[in-house]
Amino acid sequence: MDLLLVSLAGFLLAAVAPALTRLSGRYAGWLASLVPFALFGYLASFVPAIAAGETIVRQITWVPAFGINLTFYLDGLALLMALLVTGIGGLIYIYAQGYLDDDETFGRFLLYLSLFMAAMVGLVLSGNLITLFIFWEITSISSYLLIGYKDKYADSRNAAQQALLITASGGLVLLAGLIVLGSMGGSFDLPTLLGGPALADHPLYAIAFWCVLAGALTKSAQVPFHTWLPGAMAAPTPVSAYLHSATMVKAGVYLLARLSPLLAGSDLWLYAVSGFGAATMVVGALLSWQNNDLKRILAYSTVSVLGTLVMLLGIGAGNHYAVEAMVILLLAHALYKGALFMIAGALDHATGTRDIDKLGGLGRKMPWLFGAAIVAGLSKGGIPLLLGFIGKELAYEATLHAPANLIIALTALAVVSNAMVGTSAALVVIKPFLGAMRAPDPAHIHAPSLALQFGPLALGVLSLLFGLAPALLDGFGSAAANAIAVTAEPIAMHLAIWHGITTPLLLSIVTVALAAALYFARDRLLRPLQPLRGDNWGAQKWYEGALDGIVTLADLSTRTLQNGNLRVYVATILTAGVLLVGGTLLNFGLTIPIQVQFDETPLYDVLICVLIIVSAAFATRFESRLAAIAALGSVGFGVALLFMLLGAPDLAMTQFSIEVLAVVLIALIMGRLPVYVSRVSMADSTLTTFVAAGVGVLMTFLVLAATANPAESVLAPYFGEQSYLAAQGRNVVNVILVDFRGFDTLGEITVLSIAGIGVYALSKLTIGEDADGQPVDSTDGGRDG
Amino acid sequence: MANRTTPHSAAGRPPAAGRPPRLESIVLSTAARYLLPLLLLISLFILFRGHNHPGGGFVGGLVAASGFALYALAYGAMGAQQALRIAPRNLMAFGLLLAAGSALLSLAFGVAFMQGVYSKIELPAIGKLSTPLMFDIGVYLVVLGVVLNIVFTFFEDQQD
Repeated sequence: MDLLLVSLAGFLLAAVAPALTRLSGRYAGWLASLVPFALFGYLASFVPAIAAGETIVRQITWVPAFGINLTFYLDGLALLMALLVTGIGGLIYIYAQGYLDDDETFGRFLLYLSLFMAAMVGLVLSGNLITLFIFWEITSISSYLLIGYKDKYADSRNAAQQALLITASGGLVLLAGLIVLGSMGGSFDLPTLLGGPALADHPLYAIAFWCVLAGALTKSAQVPFHTWLPGAMAAPTPVSAYLHSATMVKAGVYLLARLSPLLAGSDLWLYAVSGFGAATMVVGALLSWQNNDLKRILAYSTVSVLGTLVMLLGIGAGNHYAVEAMVILLLAHALYKGALFMIAGALDHATGTRDIDKLGGLGRKMPWLFGAAIVAGLSKGGIPLLLGFIGKELAYEATLHAPANLIIALTALAVVSNAMVGTSAALVVIKPFLGAMRAPDPAHIHAPSLALQFGPLALGVLSLLFGLAPALLDGFGSAAANAIAVTAEPIAMHLAIWHGITTPLLLSIVTVALAAALYFARDRLLRPLQPLRGDNWGAQKWYEGALDGIVTLADLSTRTLQNGNLRVYVATILTAGVLLVGGTLLNFGLTIPIQVQFDETPLYDVLICVLIIVSAAFATRFESRLAAIAALGSVGFGVALLFMLLGAPDLAMTQFSIEVLAVVLIALIMGRLPVYVSRVSMADSTLTTFVAAGVGVLMTFLVLAATANPAESVLAPYFGEQSYLAAQGRNVVNVILVDFRGFDTLGEITVLSIAGIGVYALSKLTIGEDADGQPVDSTDGGRDG
Repeated sequence: MANRTTPHSAAGRPPAAGRPPRLESIVLSTAARYLLPLLLLISLFILFRGHNHPGGGFVGGLVAASGFALYALAYGAMGAQQALRIAPRNLMAFGLLLAAGSALLSLAFGVAFMQGVYSKIELPAIGKLSTPLMFDIGVYLVVLGVVLNIVFTFFEDQQD
């Protein structure tokens, strides 16, 4: 129950967030932060046990029929992520209070943020694949809501849509992968799966692998799906710092790490995962230092680091350095990148711009923020005495221990990428804070509030603490690494700042030198490299092309199938029905013995049938609407009579009522219709005749087939027997509707209500205006960014 | 074949904008006044007998709706709305709530979602109180609400 409460607390916070904001005003963020901090404290109390190698499992049966349980599984990896989500979460609540201090809908923002936090905690604590997937989807949705928070701006809306389309498509593929995985391993429960054998030799392995990989790549913004992440910078900065650097984008990495004991170890894993990771690492790094916008620089460098993490997982099988590097780098990145984003937001808040060319010399005005920026920037650049340095050293050690054919390529790419990330770190720290005083409106610069500086400072202290005394992380880090590792013996991490003169140290020196060189050559390189940037080609263009294609397709199908002509609608539906049902009937080759006996048919049945046929024939011939409707009505009443005579009083009664109502409704509409003029050409008329004849023939054969091939019915006798015994009703039809199949009825009346609301909405709709009479931009559905 | 086709034009009175489309007939308006309560009673009768005899919430709702539709023909949408008192949309929502609530109520009695729960209380004309009965009343209200929502919408539109 304890872990259940931990993952539900955020949802409770989300429920009360708007009310809390209304009551506590400017302290809402501070108050709300108590929840994540309390969760952080509680989770931290597990650290000694987890570091000692324990795992904690809590299980609540949820949908036992499908093996879906509310299982919570806490091991080193889950705990590391959960601590990051709650700890940074608390800081973000406080930071958001400072950042959105004059926002009137701050309660709504806190609601979304809490929703996300709860889902993310649930995701990392989930011990069941399906539960994990549900939380995964909630993080996608809350990310969508947060990116689109400033919903008045087209940029925000488009970025939110892009993020949702990409992550949710990946999510659907992931669901397929998880189901395949569950069926391969015989369970959806992680403890069971992880305790079982590795699945690399299973015949379905490749399918599960690619599906899971697709989910992870889209979520963690890997090439070629990385484009949504820079776009997501349209979100308020607290969101960028929290979701789009420290936590949510790591969900894909987390998933790969979580499943690597099951899936890693094959060549497919090695080349595909490390390939996508390395490509992302390079692309992200290349784009990061070419931007001028602080947040975009940071976003692309996040892409690069996410790529590094994925690459490390790719080469992680049997390579304990890779797993250790992945754990330390994940932690280091969350600490420094969260801080840098918060600093970028604080600068934006104080000066009104995030353009590094328009900022300078702010260090004197904001000494604390500058200090935090130096620490975070040095960690990002991988300078000794900070945690980022330890992570980078381990990463080099890992690429040096990769399979022989990859060592040179991966190490070279890692050095180049790290150098470029180092350059972007220098840009973020040096440009705004040092040099001559520069800002759009220097007179109005105000020092950031405590709320805006608290987060970066706290994270900076941690970067420094773990950088100075990395051995603090040995026990806990080993536990996290062992949750991921596919190695013979357990990993025992021994972190230290100084290992002597080693190859990784030399590589680090090369990296820093390259970064410095690039920093000074940046201005000269920007122009020649301009054509290489992905604005005019590459993944973003593919995304836009795909989106345009979908719109074109929808446009085409709407024009042809839903052109506003009722006759075409009916003809389309009926033709499709005849072809599909008729085709199936022929395909199954049902024998239809044409032997109908009329001798037992009573005379009045025959008379009613004749009445129906004659009325139907007249309905097609009348030129007056009223007459045609009357003729149709008599068809309906004839059918109702037949129902009654054949012993289906419930059906007959309903049919009678419907016919009455139909007449009333039609009488109502009649006055609104234009004068009837037959616009049906001969060709149209012939076509409708064919369609009508097709439907008639099909129905005849269906009825004959149904009566000639009576299915072995279990249900009819069962319902008949149980109607009174189990459901205390003698009218079987009604008992089926409200009891045996009540759930269907519930669905139907829901649909009915929605249709009713739809009719109301359509009849009130005036094209070109929204509900308040405000003109609506008709091109709004597309993109305009 | 110009004017032969619509009732209004046939009577030489094309529908004028702004005029409520009532069928102004003393027979209809008198009949509607007495038929509405009668039809409502019948609809309730059909609803409650449904468990053991032909009938049920769906048909009952349709019958009640035709009563109000008839009334609307005679007295216009406003008149019918006044007679109904509740907005059809609220009726719809309340019916859905009742139906879903009956399903959830089973949980409170410790049985599965939607499993019928029957009380010992048996009322005259209504029958044994139970969650399926509650569900059926929900269906009745939804059907009534949806149909009247459509009927009133068309009426109001014509009055615009």
